[in-house]
Order: sequence, then structure tokens, then C-alpha cells
Amino acid sequence: MSRLAVAILLALLCSHALAVIETYEFSSEFLEARYYQLSQELRCPKCQNQNIADSNAPIARDLRALLHRQLEAGASDDEILAFMVERYGEFVRYRPDVNPQTAVLWYFPVGAVGLGLLMLGLHLYRRRGATVSDAPTEAQLAGMREALDELSRGRKP
Amino acid sequence: MGRFRLFLPLIAFGLLAVFLYRGLSLDPTALPSALVDKQFPDFALPTLASDVPTRRDDLIVGPALVNVWATWCYSCRVEHPFLVELAERGIPIIGLNYKDEPTKARQWLAELGDPYQHNISDTEGVLGLDLGVYGAPETYVVDGAGNIRYRHVGVVDQGVWEAHLADWFSAEE
Repeated sequence: MSRLAVAILLALLCSHALAVIETYEFSSEFLEARYYQLSQELRCPKCQNQNIADSNAPIARDLRALLHRQLEAGASDDEILAFMVERYGEFVRYRPDVNPQTAVLWYFPVGAVGLGLLMLGLHLYRRRGATVSDAPTEAQLAGMREALDELSRGRKP
Repeated sequence: MGRFRLFLPLIAFGLLAVFLYRGLSLDPTALPSALVDKQFPDFALPTLASDVPTRRDDLIVGPALVNVWATWCYSCRVEHPFLVELAERGIPIIGLNYKDEPTKARQWLAELGDPYQHNISDTEGVLGLDLGVYGAPETYVVDGAGNIRYRHVGVVDQGVWEAHLADWFSAEE
């Protein structure tokens, strides 16, 4: 019974292999690796929250075919991305270039974390200041020492 | 300063609410064409009328609408009567028959009427790719200098025409 369970579990684990819609022959493993990399990074213009590797929209299939053709023709990654951006806009890239339009996208998270750290730091600094001011002053210490001395003197006889 | 700090969460909430409320009414599928204000891409493709490859400058003389359509596209059938109406008003429309079978396309035009001055037959979707087409129907405004000025994705109807397209043709009408 447990064997059956394991078999079912393994079968379930394999389901992601079905995501491959069509296969291409590549002349080298290097090209194949770049194909996977780029098809993950290019966004499908039709189904906007999928990359072209995951989408089965006709346009995504066309773009995968095009990507394969361009890689085999010896185009560089930059050339391929430029080709796509020229036609579909910066939108097709999941990692767009840094420019005035995408600056918010790139820098906002860094800025937000920075601001958070700054506020945390400020808060901690203030609290440290508070502990310092709670500590007795030199005059108060002297007073306490005197009182202690008096007490111990009183006990001695 | 102390009082002000009490209101910070409220202010943050207010900003977020405005931001998200705006997002509700935005249409994320309305992408501007990457080719706006650029030349309509050159091509050499047959038309539905003739198998001889024809180039851009022989077919597209602006200002004109270039309408991407196909017989497999349901929305194109919805859009078609309005295109016929536009053509009757004298608006030049050039068809781009996108990834379709020419025989079926010709049959469609014979049945439903032909609003197009010419029909580029792009069976492989080569020109579609150069244009950045990602689905039919799409409609482009090409001006007198051959530049793309506007792209509408989806069905063109009276509302879309008045809001986005008519201005480019005001001289004609």
C-alpha cells in the first residue's frame, strides 16, 4: 500500500514535465540553456502574467519558434532582446533595463528597505539615549555612596 | 510632531487607497504599440487579390486604418459590420489578413462585405511579428507620412472610433 502511495506521489511530482509544449532540436547544449533562460525571461504579450515558456497562446508559440530560429542563427542575447523590445515594447521583458520609466520598479524596493532600516536605526538610537538618561548622574551616585557609608558606619559598633 | 505621528498610518492608508482605487479602473491589456511614431514596417507580401508580392508603399497610403483580422477570430466578426460602415463613410481601411487561409478569407469578404481597399495576406504572421501584433483584431492608424500613430487592441466600435480614431481623419470627413 505504501508503495502505491509512493508511486502516486512520484507520478504527481512528474506533472510539471507536461508544461513543455513543443520541443526543439538545438545544435549545442549552450544554445539550449540560453533558450530556456530567455524563454523564462520574455513575457507573453497576450497572457500578461506568463512568460513565453509557460504560455500556450499562439503568439507565445510564435515567439518561442522565433527565439529558437534566432539562437540557431547565432544572435546574441542582447540582439534577441532588442528585437523583441523593438516590436512589443519594454513590456515583454520581465527584467527591463533601468531607465526613467522603470526606475521606480528597480529602486523602490531598495528605497523602501533602506527607509525601514533607517527608521529602525533611529528608533534603536533613541532608545539607547533613553537608557543613558535613566542612569544616575555622578551627583546622585555620590549621594548614594554617602548614604551607604552612613548605613555601614551605623551598623559597625 | 507627536500629534502628527499619530496620523501617519491614516495618511499611509489614504495614499495606498488612492493608488489601488486608480488601479481598479486601469486596463492592463491596453498596451501602446512599441511602434507608435515609427514607420510602418516594410514588407513584401501577396494580397488576397493577387499572389504577386507587394510592398508597403504600394498598399498603405495614409492616413488610413490598418486592421488586423482573421476568419478564426470571433471578435473580428463582431467588428466587421462597423468597418463596413466606416468604409461607406469614406475612411480608407487596409486589411491585414493575419495567419489565415486566403480561400476562407475571400469567402468571408464575399459573404459579409469587403470594407478593405487592399488585403495583405500574411499567412505566416511575418508582418504581424514586425508590427508587434499579439492577437486579432487590432487596428492601427497610419498617417500621411507612413508613421504609426495609434494602436487599438480589440473590437473597434462607434465609441472607440470617436474616442481614439476619428481625430486622425477629421480632414477627410
